[in-house]
Amino acid sequence: MLPAAAAPAMLKLQGIAVSPGVTIGEALVLDAEGFRIPRRFVERSAVDTELARLAHAVAETAREMEHNRDRIHEELGDQYAAIFDAHLAMLHDPRLQQELTAAVRDRNWWPEYAVSRTLRRYAKVFQSLDNHISQRAHDIYDIEKSLLRNLLGQRRETLAAISQPVVVLAHNLTPSETANLDRRFVKGFATELGGPGSHTAIVAEGLEIPAVVGVGPFLSDVSGGEPVILDGNEGLVILQPDEETIARYRLEEEAAKTVAARLDRLRDLPAETTDGVRIYITGNIEFPSEVEQCISRGCDGIGLYRTEFLYLTSRREPTEEDHFEAYASVVASMPGKPVVIRTLDLGADKMLTETKPEEERNPCLGLRSIRLSLRQLPMFRTQLRAILRASALGDVRVMFPLISTITELRQARMVLADVMEDLAEHGIAFNPKMPVGMMVETPAAVVMLDAFIKDVDFVSIGTNDLIQYTLAVDRGNKEVADLYNASDPAVLRLLRRSLDVAAEAGVPANVCGQMSGSVMFTQLLLGLGLRHLSVPASSIPEVKQACRSVSVAECRLIADKALAMDGAREVKAYLRDQLRRLLAQTVA
Amino acid sequence: MAAESRESLHNASEANSTGETISREVVVANRQGLHARPADLLAREARRWQSRIELVADSQRVDGKSILDVLTLAAEAGTRLVVEATGPDAREALEAIGSLFDRNFNEHAGSQET
Repeated sequence: MLPAAAAPAMLKLQGIAVSPGVTIGEALVLDAEGFRIPRRFVERSAVDTELARLAHAVAETAREMEHNRDRIHEELGDQYAAIFDAHLAMLHDPRLQQELTAAVRDRNWWPEYAVSRTLRRYAKVFQSLDNHISQRAHDIYDIEKSLLRNLLGQRRETLAAISQPVVVLAHNLTPSETANLDRRFVKGFATELGGPGSHTAIVAEGLEIPAVVGVGPFLSDVSGGEPVILDGNEGLVILQPDEETIARYRLEEEAAKTVAARLDRLRDLPAETTDGVRIYITGNIEFPSEVEQCISRGCDGIGLYRTEFLYLTSRREPTEEDHFEAYASVVASMPGKPVVIRTLDLGADKMLTETKPEEERNPCLGLRSIRLSLRQLPMFRTQLRAILRASALGDVRVMFPLISTITELRQARMVLADVMEDLAEHGIAFNPKMPVGMMVETPAAVVMLDAFIKDVDFVSIGTNDLIQYTLAVDRGNKEVADLYNASDPAVLRLLRRSLDVAAEAGVPANVCGQMSGSVMFTQLLLGLGLRHLSVPASSIPEVKQACRSVSVAECRLIADKALAMDGAREVKAYLRDQLRRLLAQTVA
Repeated sequence: MAAESRESLHNASEANSTGETISREVVVANRQGLHARPADLLAREARRWQSRIELVADSQRVDGKSILDVLTLAAEAGTRLVVEATGPDAREALEAIGSLFDRNFNEHAGSQET
């Protein structure tokens, strides 16, 4: 017999924390097909109508199954068709039908919710069996899907149509699905798949909602509408939370608001060290809407405007106007402050608009970023035209990602010069002195920086990729993710060299990437000579406070000491200690 | 390799139309156990009778008329089950269901099938 649905035990699931914060909310469960099954109740007077709708869906589903069975029977024979007979038998199971009817009639559940709850409970039981019958769980999910499709019919709801606060739980979310989440209603999300550093994770951070990925299979344990806690700090998803846990997380939610309010007071204060050195903190953004979050925290501009979303949120290639509109809106909200736009930084494998290239064995080392732009010149020129047009509206700067040879840098500059000429010919306004920079994110770029730097007006060190390429680690790969370490001395030495070369050439240098947003590294980075940090909006207050609490003189000592160490673990422990010391001082 | 089955000790012959429970022990002989197809046949057969039909294995008791319930037994080849029937046509029902087990649900699991 099936266990009773009452009093389910609290379930804590560990995933990978990719965007901080905690939230409590109603679950919105999306399965592979993106169905949304909210807990809704039926008015007493509508029970008969809803039961009729349920019966109709059952009949429709049965008809589909029979149709499939007959088709398969003809094509493949009896044996294969038998599976549909089994589906039919399960669908018509008198006990199941009784349960569904009772759920609607006696508990007044919305038929969709009744179907999802009841079938998932069966699926769960099957999954728990340790013999081949457990495979039947797939059949149950199939039946659930068919029933829901028939029930929802044209009314099938999508993520875009959410109208009340929810926590989204899904097998997987694509970057574009994530990007399209409505921040007014989506309080956070958790997925079964995914790893840190995935585009989805970056987008979540940009949206500033708690997110946990890589939780593993858990969707069968939860139904839409149930309360769920998402802990984006610890990477936890808590299903069926008990009262005590809910109370604890409520407190945490409140406390976070208090800290945020305290940091808010830093907003109008400059990031200046105790020995009077001005540090410039700019924001990393992906969506124009994030500018507001940067401004409200008192940023000194936009240090990294990622443009991938333009290519990811739509199936067609973005037009010049699409680009221009996005850029112009950001520039308009940043009067007198720099906006650094990075050209396309995607792998060919991620593009929706292009026909896929030959299967790449190693996309990280393949056709991506500036390489892709230089290969697809019309697309590249479209983006550059829009950036140049936006440069007429404010302090716009352009930056090329993944430069690894001087040829790439010069080619990119040539295309830019060519587009400028074109615009000039047509009398279209742009800034002919628009600063041009490059990302330093390959070991080759660091080693050759003394040569490259003559061709650029600024550099920005992208630590995420630099760490990955220096340490030869894919941080999405669980087996080796622990080797991915910003504290690795090899990384620190490359940083020091880059900053030294830039200082000597008198070229401004910036660090973007997660390292600059983590206060653990603030003292080290300032000690290495960094004066421009580009961080996620959510990190601006903390990093600013760190800058305002230290002196550059102290930071230099810390950097020297860290650079003399030969192991990542040692460096990390030391930087942690220094951060603790700093926090203790700040509080005192 | 036909299914082994025998009348159980109690109530076996005294069942009547007043709704007493009679039962019988059966053994699952299908190589793949009581999987979807035999479970379906079993539930169908059970539904043909008015009597309540239940299957009992160790501590688990399920509704014989529900394929989903029967599947949750996850009965593998060699599992002993007790079939219980309660109702006016219990005797006939028990016979029909027992015979399904005897015939291996018409699967070619053994050499004695024809």
